[in-house]
Order: sequence, then C-alpha cells, then structure tokens
Amino acid sequence: MSTAVRRRPPAFLRGPLPLLVPAGVVVAAITGWPLVQLVIMSLQEFGRAQIFGAPPEWVGLANYVDVFTDPTFWAVLGRSLAFCAVNVVATMVLGVAIAALMTRLSRGFRGLVSAGLLLAWAMPPLAATVVWGWLFDTDSGLVNYLLTLVTGSDWMGHSWLFNPVSFYFVATVIVTWQSIPFVAFTAYAALTQVPGEVLEAASLDGAGAVSRFRLVTLPFIRSVLVVLLVLQIIWDMRVFTQIYALQTIGGLAEATNTIGVYIYAVSTKGGDLGAGGAIAVVLVVIMLAISSYYIRATLREEEA
Amino acid sequence: MSRRTARRPARLVLNVIAVVVFVASVFPVYWMVNSSLLPASAVSSSTPHLFPDLFTLKNYVAVILEPKGDIRFLPALGTSLLVTGVSVVAALLFAFLAALALTRFRFRSRRGFIVALLVIQMVPPEALLISTYRVLDGWHLINSVIGLSLVYTATVLPFTVWTLRGFVNGIPAELEEAAMVDGCSRMGAFWRVTFPLLGPGLAATGVFAFIQSWNEFIYALVVMTRPDSRTLPVWLRAFVQATKATDWAQIMAASTLLAIPVIVFFLIVQGRMTSGLVAGAVKG
Repeated sequence: MSTAVRRRPPAFLRGPLPLLVPAGVVVAAITGWPLVQLVIMSLQEFGRAQIFGAPPEWVGLANYVDVFTDPTFWAVLGRSLAFCAVNVVATMVLGVAIAALMTRLSRGFRGLVSAGLLLAWAMPPLAATVVWGWLFDTDSGLVNYLLTLVTGSDWMGHSWLFNPVSFYFVATVIVTWQSIPFVAFTAYAALTQVPGEVLEAASLDGAGAVSRFRLVTLPFIRSVLVVLLVLQIIWDMRVFTQIYALQTIGGLAEATNTIGVYIYAVSTKGGDLGAGGAIAVVLVVIMLAISSYYIRATLREEEA
Repeated sequence: MSRRTARRPARLVLNVIAVVVFVASVFPVYWMVNSSLLPASAVSSSTPHLFPDLFTLKNYVAVILEPKGDIRFLPALGTSLLVTGVSVVAALLFAFLAALALTRFRFRSRRGFIVALLVIQMVPPEALLISTYRVLDGWHLINSVIGLSLVYTATVLPFTVWTLRGFVNGIPAELEEAAMVDGCSRMGAFWRVTFPLLGPGLAATGVFAFIQSWNEFIYALVVMTRPDSRTLPVWLRAFVQATKATDWAQIMAASTLLAIPVIVFFLIVQGRMTSGLVAGAVKG
C-alpha cells in the first residue's frame, strides 16, 4: 500500500483498543454476561413458573443454603472429587512413564508410540465413549468375551454400567485413555530439554538411575509437571460428555452424576434454575481456586 | 540428551512395552472401524471378528441414508461444517487482532486484559450452560448457526489469543517497522508482514478451534433444539438412543463418520500442533 497522502485516523482508532474490540465483545457477551446472569439467577427463586414468564423473586442466599444442606449435592461433589483424583493420578503416572519410555526408544519405536497416542488424542470424546461403551457391552462386548475366555467363568451378560463403581471404572478408562497423550507429549518435550551433560556428570559422580531422576531430571521438568497437573485437575473435575454419554448407553443417572452433569440435571429435568445456578457458581469458585496457582505462575512469567 | 544404548534384554523389554502402549492406544479406534465394516449379524455374534472378513459397506449406507430418530445425517453434517468453519475463522481473526494489541502495544489496562483472559479461560463452560442459553434466547440466537458459532468462538478465544500472543512475540517488530518506513500503514504491516509469518501459530490454534467446535456436544444439544439444526455429535447420541444401543455395527459406522474428519485433520497438522501447544508450556 503506497498511498502518498494517508488520512490519519483519530487517536483512539490508532491505539490497541480497536484490535481488542472483536475478541472483547464476543467474550464479554457470550461468557461474561452469562456469568453475571448466573450469579443473579443463583440469588433468585427461579423454577418452572419463572421459565414460563412469572417474575423471579429475590431470595438472597436461600438457594445456596438449600444446596449446602442437600446430601445429594455433597454426594455428587464427593464423587466428582474422587473421580478427578483417580483420573489425575492415573493420567499423570502413566503419561510421564510413557514420556520417559519414549526418551529411551529408538526412532522407529518412538514413532510407533507417538502415532498411537495421536490417534487416541484425536478421537472425539463422544465417539470414544460410544466405542468403549460397546467394548464393555453386556451381551456382545469384547471385554466380557475375553474375560470369559481367560477366567473360565461366564462373564457374558455381566453389566458394567449398572453398578456405579464399575460404571466409574469404565469412565476412568475412557478419560485416562484420552488424556494420556497430551501429558505424554508435553512431558516428553520437557524431558528432551534436560541437558545430557548434567546427567552424565551425575552418573560419573556415582549417582544411580533413581537418584539421577530425582536430583537432576525432576527439578528440570518440575514446572511443566505442575502446569500439567493443574490442567488435568481442571479438565477431570468438569468432565461432562463421557459421563453423560455413558449414562445414555446404560447406567443409573442418579447414582453416577458428577457435578457438571448434576447442574444440567437440576436445571433442566429438575426445572430449578436457581438451585442449578447456585451449584454452578460453586463449581466456578472451585475451579478458580484450583487454577489460581496456574494463573499467578503465568502472570509471574509474563512479567519476568 | 546423550544416547545411552541400553543392554540387549533391557532394550527388548522397552520395545515390548512400546508395542503394548501402541496397541492400547490404537485398539479402540481399530475396533470401531473394524466393526463398522462388518454385517450386524457378525458384530452381535458370540465370537468376535477380529478382522473385517465379511466386509460390507451396508452400515454406512444405512447410517447416511436411513434416519434413525428424527435427525438425519446430511443436514447434521452440513450444520457441523458450517458452525465449525465460522468458529475457526472468527476465532483466528479475532485472536490475531487481540494478540497484536497485547504484544505490540503497552497500555495501562493491558495487565487487566491478560488477567481477565486467564481467569475466563478457567470458567468451566458446563457451569454457564443454562445462563448462556437464556442470554442467547433473549437475542433470538437459539437454533441459529451464528448463535452456536459465537459460543464456540467465545469458548476458544482465551486459549487462541494466549497462544497466538506467544507466536507474535517471536516475530521481530522491526519487520513491521521496515514495512512502515516503506509506506505501509500500521494495520497494513500487521496484515502483510506479521500475519503470513504466523503459519505455525495459526495452524496450532486453528486445529484447536476446529477440534473443540467439531467435537462439542453439550452446547450443541442445548442451543440447537430443532431436529434439522442439530450437529453431528448430537446426531450420534440420538442415533445411539434410537437404536437402544443394540445395532452396534451401525453405531460404529456412525462414530467413524464423526471421528474421521478430526483424525485426518489431526494427522496432517500434528507436528505443528504439538510443538505449538508445547511451546507455551516448555521454555527452552
């Protein structure tokens, strides 16, 4: 563009502001405004009558009192926390182990492992849940077939999704299977940054494999592992699609709700948007509390 | 990292573990495709078929042409493509502009924007489901491609802005200044110099936006209520429900149809994707 005479736009159009407007408006309208509405809703009596047009009534913190005195809420929260803990530990341990394995493999085998992980990573969560749901199917699932073959006792007709504990076992397999690739790839990238000379020096000084890992490797990859840990906690705490879809395939919704699915059930089937809103606000607060460490660490890095 | 050649038996054990990891990762995907190519009778028989020895494409024909439930495949595919396309383009464009503002300018509220970005990224979309529905309803954006695309754009924007910001940082501002000396306007310099250099960053964030929008399920379920405005994930769930989870051969064909675009896309850009995602987490 080589116009000799350029009209200079007014000062406020030359700064960064116009560049921020499109993203800012979309996020403010579609995330910010509903967030405000959510908090308002959680302070109102908002049931079926209000959905059909009756004016909502301010009830202060009554919805929160109801939620916190409802044993179902605590059961759901406990289930979510337990599910999250099991999945995060399984994902981190297996993911980092696979990353460590990848550093020791030859090029060809490393390519094989990466290709496999990539495929699992790319599966849409809903399709993955449906496929695993079929592998664990009661009558013609491969898992029951293999168990019958291996153990000799008859597993055909065993329902995995009916019992809440084995329902969560299947859900854990699905979620972990899909989360491991991200952890493995990121941890592998971090491991390749560990300087080989330091490891060699440590080994010349007589450090064994375990102390080399503990004293040299771990401090180098610690910050990456912490970020991964926080992200996994956040993702596993708000798991929705896998649980909801497994409930479609089989299983008792009331006994297997995690907090995201529970909010949806209370708000839609239950028709109580006030209570659903209060639980949603609680979830937002929990998530921000968990991620505050991550946010602060990122800001510190930003300012450095 | 120095190459330590493991002793022979150790190397064998590592390779065996590698194959086990590979099989565990790939098997469900293989099983999905395999079952989708078998007749229903073979899939529901008591002995599993490990290979598509009775190869047939009947399941795909049935899935595409015979609607189960009230949602048809082709309209759902169209809606999915449209929503995903609009979301990816909008997210990349808006994120590019915002990333420029946050890297090339120093202004007083900059820190505030960055904090807001990080905090909003951590708000779980599941919590906002119902209130977003009511807000969209008030704006007559229910059952609208624009409405759902806006939701997906807003969902991926914090991440795409943050990631692109890192990539823009890596491009020296001197290049833009040189173009401006040569008579380019500032916006022209951004568009003609910076934007084309952002290839890897745009690929990484574009794939992210694509996958999020293509796979998203809950908002699509709630926002698109008419059968003819459903997206593919919602169609798949309706399919599973309509067959009462019995015709697994057809269900696997339906799942494959949902998964193929993502898998192909992923494999094409995977190198850039992982390096792009990892660039934020690992500092050299």
